[in-house]
Amino acid sequence: MELQKFTYDNKIARLFMNATILWGIVGMLVGLTIALELVFPLMSGGVSWLSFGRLRPLHTNAVIFAFVGNGMFTGIYYAAPRLLKTPMFSELLGKIHFWGWQLIIVAAALTLPFGFTVGKEYAELEWPIDIAIALIWVVFGINLIMTTVKRRTKHIYVAIWFFIATFVTVAVLHIVNSINLPVSFLKSYPIYAGIQDALVQWWYGHNAVAFFLTTPYLGLMYYFIPKAANRPVYSYKLSIIHFWALIFLYIWAGPHHLLYTALPDWAQALGVVFSVMLIAPSWGGMINGLLTLRGAWDKVRESPVLKMFVVAVTAYGMATFEGPMLSLKSVNALSHFTDWTIAHVHIGALGWNGMMTFGMLYWLMPRLYKTQLFSTKLANVHFWLATTGMLFFAIPLYFAGFTQSLMWKEFTADGYLKYPNFIETVTQVIPMYYIRVLGGTMYITGVILMIYNLIKTAKSGTFVPTEDDEAPALEAQPVHVDKGHRILEGKPLLFTLLALGAILIGGIVEFVPMFMIKSNVPTISSVKPYTPLELEGRDIYIRDGCYTCHSQMVRPFRSEVERYGDYSKAGETVYDHPFQFGSKRTGPDLSREGVVGGPMHKPNSWHYNHFLSPQKMVAESIMPPFPWIINNDLDYSSIAKKISVMKTLGVPYPEGFENQAKDHLLKQANEIAQGLRNEGIDVADTKEVIALIAYIQRLGVDIHKTDGSSAFTTK
Amino acid sequence: MKIIATALEGIPGIEWYPIIGLFVFLIFFIILIIRVMNINQEEVSEFSQLPFDKGDTFVKDPTNHIN
Repeated sequence: MELQKFTYDNKIARLFMNATILWGIVGMLVGLTIALELVFPLMSGGVSWLSFGRLRPLHTNAVIFAFVGNGMFTGIYYAAPRLLKTPMFSELLGKIHFWGWQLIIVAAALTLPFGFTVGKEYAELEWPIDIAIALIWVVFGINLIMTTVKRRTKHIYVAIWFFIATFVTVAVLHIVNSINLPVSFLKSYPIYAGIQDALVQWWYGHNAVAFFLTTPYLGLMYYFIPKAANRPVYSYKLSIIHFWALIFLYIWAGPHHLLYTALPDWAQALGVVFSVMLIAPSWGGMINGLLTLRGAWDKVRESPVLKMFVVAVTAYGMATFEGPMLSLKSVNALSHFTDWTIAHVHIGALGWNGMMTFGMLYWLMPRLYKTQLFSTKLANVHFWLATTGMLFFAIPLYFAGFTQSLMWKEFTADGYLKYPNFIETVTQVIPMYYIRVLGGTMYITGVILMIYNLIKTAKSGTFVPTEDDEAPALEAQPVHVDKGHRILEGKPLLFTLLALGAILIGGIVEFVPMFMIKSNVPTISSVKPYTPLELEGRDIYIRDGCYTCHSQMVRPFRSEVERYGDYSKAGETVYDHPFQFGSKRTGPDLSREGVVGGPMHKPNSWHYNHFLSPQKMVAESIMPPFPWIINNDLDYSSIAKKISVMKTLGVPYPEGFENQAKDHLLKQANEIAQGLRNEGIDVADTKEVIALIAYIQRLGVDIHKTDGSSAFTTK
Repeated sequence: MKIIATALEGIPGIEWYPIIGLFVFLIFFIILIIRVMNINQEEVSEFSQLPFDKGDTFVKDPTNHIN
């Protein structure tokens, strides 16, 4: 057979490698900052863009899409050409992909801290950036699939299947979850509302974990562990089975994020069943990764790369065992809204994604620069700092999670909540937050050592921009009679379509019933759309990331109903574009905040003073002050447009209401401000705080209404 | 919860949705296992060596991996 010569481009892999290092340290430092803010709440100094609610989305987006995103692309651009014996399809598309992705990250960094957000976790970016993500993702997909089409190997190696599944699924998830109607260049509302929005969002959120943080890294595992251990994968047949089972099952599991919420029981049950079944393929992958090292454990002792991989795969196994356990309703009743979830996701992020990335970088850098690693000792120090740092991070948060949950649920012998004051459950876990900071600092110290080590490694060698290889053309290779799974593996486009089919089935089965009931959605007649001022207040709530610490979802437990008020109903949120259920209670649930006579209600003056200085009202509070909300004038210039967009989305405002919205807003603002002035607070009508108070005081009010009055009748 | 359940009951065949889902997966999984088990052992061994370059002297110990 005649051999064809070709070259691999290392330049693009190096670009992505540098980007993952840069954004990794940035994302982790932002994480450390917000961890510090939870123990030093005044640290942000009243600067809006440094506050927890604005930086937390930046941390999650930076770590997921910038650190792990660039990490996966590093691996893909290095491994895919070598596995397929061909250069990437297009160098130009590779460059567009790289620079486009970095531009998107910069755009995220320039918008999220300044409050431009949709308010849906891990999908916060506003619509122009969403469109850019979709376009760049398609560029990546074309480049990957066309490289597969152009290959010189008969068989498509398992790692490539994981990469293709990643491309296909993330494209579907991102597009479906990001369909928003714009109000302006950087403001939009999702087309879904309330419980439907929640279902779509957590279908996306859960599968972002599955197909952005898991499948591409399994692909990397199947390439880099055999390479680093110098032995083939333990069981190739197992890899085929676990691939299909994993992508098929994962897509159904999203509703486990919404257990005990107003989501219908059947959807919750579906989420639980598929989450439990997920243990099998997840552990199939873990076992395959670890057993690849069978007989090579002596190498693990010596090689920091393999050590990192072992901890990564072990962390993957731990997280994917814990995930299904957390999906059991009885466990979830305890874990949800607590720091337990934060601990769980960081076992995945710091352990699985972090360690896989570090191992890959330590393996790759010396090869790209044709040299030896500068210091194995330093890499070992990094390994121990990362491993112990991860434990110092996660273990205290597990304790914090158990503590919070048990304290929230504890009753006295007389049948009263033992800790009726939420702040008691906060101060109890503060020591754990300190230890988390220590763990995070150790982990980041390790990353700084790695950066130094990698720079010194690069300096000690010479960059190899291209590598030559040769292989016979695909057509020249002997034809096997395709049978079984091989038929698929030889046809990348068919394979892609089948992977797409596998992931669509779960989504369709979940979504169709939810959207079919849209016409007869269980509306509660007393639930009315927000007034213009409340809508503006809600946008401030979203802008400042209040949902990152406060839930709006009272679960049907006695402990929650006692603490907050009546449990949440699906029909309450039919006008909520987006939903604001939240996923963490660093502070209390707010969905019954406005119910006069309810356990959560406070007067307007309390809220005003609380936004100005939470510690003045609750001495031990860890909420940051929000002076900008007090000082900023409310920008209500686009209220007519906002009402218009809401009407387009199906919110039943009266005919022509958009033209009266401004007057309505000013009238309601004057009533609230006048009330505050009567209590001796000097405040103008049109400050942001007035709108936010209006929104907060509306929460939960409608379902307690008995007189049938309309929200549009101001008192 | 009840109000949603009532609304959902109005969708024809709603109770079959989750069952159909599980059934689709089960059939798919059984076919997959049968097909994978039928792949030729030598071929599988060949596939698992794809990450290695021609010059690599990787460990190919038949007692070490089952493939």
